[in-house]
Amino acid sequence: MQHDLILRIAAKLLIPMIMLYALYVQFHGDYGPGGGFQAGVIFAVSIFLYALVFGLPAAMRVFSPTLVQALAAAGVLLYAGVGVVSMISGGNFLDYGALNPGDRALGEHIGVLLIELGVGITVAAVMIMLFYLFASPIDADDSGGH
Amino acid sequence: MEFGWGAHLPILQVIVVLLAAPLAFLTRRVRAAWLIAFIASAIALWIASRLLIQVQQDGVIVYQLGGWAAPMGIGYHIDLLNAFMLVLVSAISTIALPYSLRSIENELSAHSQPLFYVYWLLCVAGLLGILATGDAFNVFVFLEISALSTYALIALGSDRGGDRRALHASLRYLLLGSIGATFIVIGIGLLYMMTGTLNMMDLAARLPAVEDTRTVHAAFAFLVIGTGLKAAMFPLHTWLPDAYTHAPSATSVLLAGTSTKVAIYVMLRFLISVFGFEFSFIGIHVELWLLPLAVLAILYGSLCAVYQMDAKRLLAYSSVAQVGYIFLAISIGSAAGIAAGLIHMFNHALMKAVLFMAIGAVVYRAGGSRLFHIAGFGRAMPWTFGALLLGGMSLVGVPFTVGFISKWYLVTSSLDTYGLALVVFVLASSLLAALYVWRLVDVAWFRPVMHERELQEAPLSMLLPMWVLVLANVYFAFDSDLTVGIAQRTAAVLLGGAP
Repeated sequence: MQHDLILRIAAKLLIPMIMLYALYVQFHGDYGPGGGFQAGVIFAVSIFLYALVFGLPAAMRVFSPTLVQALAAAGVLLYAGVGVVSMISGGNFLDYGALNPGDRALGEHIGVLLIELGVGITVAAVMIMLFYLFASPIDADDSGGH
Repeated sequence: MEFGWGAHLPILQVIVVLLAAPLAFLTRRVRAAWLIAFIASAIALWIASRLLIQVQQDGVIVYQLGGWAAPMGIGYHIDLLNAFMLVLVSAISTIALPYSLRSIENELSAHSQPLFYVYWLLCVAGLLGILATGDAFNVFVFLEISALSTYALIALGSDRGGDRRALHASLRYLLLGSIGATFIVIGIGLLYMMTGTLNMMDLAARLPAVEDTRTVHAAFAFLVIGTGLKAAMFPLHTWLPDAYTHAPSATSVLLAGTSTKVAIYVMLRFLISVFGFEFSFIGIHVELWLLPLAVLAILYGSLCAVYQMDAKRLLAYSSVAQVGYIFLAISIGSAAGIAAGLIHMFNHALMKAVLFMAIGAVVYRAGGSRLFHIAGFGRAMPWTFGALLLGGMSLVGVPFTVGFISKWYLVTSSLDTYGLALVVFVLASSLLAALYVWRLVDVAWFRPVMHERELQEAPLSMLLPMWVLVLANVYFAFDSDLTVGIAQRTAAVLLGGAP
């Protein structure tokens, strides 16, 4: 599809919109429907579209498999890290209120925001990783594990 | 605010290991990943022992995640039963990790080795989470974490162009394990429908009001079968022999020592803590189902083990039989019986881990676990086969090993309920165990070597953990207070009604 002008232009227009929408769903999750899981999937979709139109190697140059794997782990660490920080601040594990003892409501807000960000990063990374695995030719990596 | 680690031990028990997994993944180096895994596992063991001591002194420990009170939020609930199991799982993981380093270097490609420890950490974190939580749905979540990583741990057996059958074994376990997990979540869902709560203690309080409904009976059936599948209860054991045989040796050590035991724990927890002893045993008579299945498991598992040509498969079928003994003990339906089941859970983990370690050491030197690989290796690897012999004696139930303690409490507790018939059966089935252990011994010492490999003892880093467990097999036979004492108190508390 690399030579299909209409598809390329349409994709170029759509991809930033999809990414922006993902961020909207991510950060609006506190107030309305949405959150890290949905946002992560939507964000990953923008990469899928890019890979479908411009080819897998181009997508892998933007988000290298190594980076994607690191992001998947980093999201989990961010989630659990917020839990640990709230524990060190005097609350229980994942008690976000303790993040900001002066104003617990603000603490709750920060906590949820960070946790959902962790979810979003990991979900997006895992979706992209799955897409790469299924899209790659089988014999490219036959060592058995990813 | 004052910060004390002591109050957070129940959650640290799980998240130290859970956090170590992404950290180990980010390092991408085998040694670093291994070190992180070992440190996390050792910390988990330390926390588990602290919890066990604390529970014995002060009773049940409750921890509320996010500060939400128990019926609403997720509560971790540590009592004697799960503290005991937490020690078992984290101890097996800590002892098996130094062993795995060389074994995994030999069996997996450089690319997969760091991943192995990541899966290992996730699996152990899942198992510890199942044990620590007091929330029924949380049990399911952790069950999935441990199960998914277990599938990967097994599938890695196909690495390095090795045994492609590991993929098949893993897929089969994935399909059956998913059915088991689905049954468990259906059961939990039905309970939630009837009571509106997921907290186990809350469930236990609300269930008696609705226990005569068909929904609750269906939930009971789903939970018993789901956990039975995970525990490899006969005839739901079919995933186990393949999985244990084709997985990397270190995986078999971890799984044989922990995963079926944790599934049995979940079943016990639901049978006794959630549904209650009166409902499960006096109302529904679950023991009438457990007893024949256990007897069949012992006969079938032992007989199959006798005819195997692969040492790992032989041990796997033996595990099917040993799970049968645990269910046999539980089916007695008295405090003594449940104590005997718990004792055997602990002891069987000790002996099976030794045996799988010994076979793994043979795989390291001989390149395979089929009987002809082992043939004649007894003299070249005296320490490995010494461990195999002692572990095997423990499995049979020879005096001065923990196996004897297991059989002793099983027989004495069953005398009251089932009379002499069961005693005769247990003794006769031990002879079958002696038969298949003898096959290994016979092949190792009295047959000529059948392949051209260097005849050499296993490396020290594999022998040391093996012998630590061998000594544990003997030590806990003499100082049985830790296992027997705790198991009996646990059973008494469980049946006493008090949480």
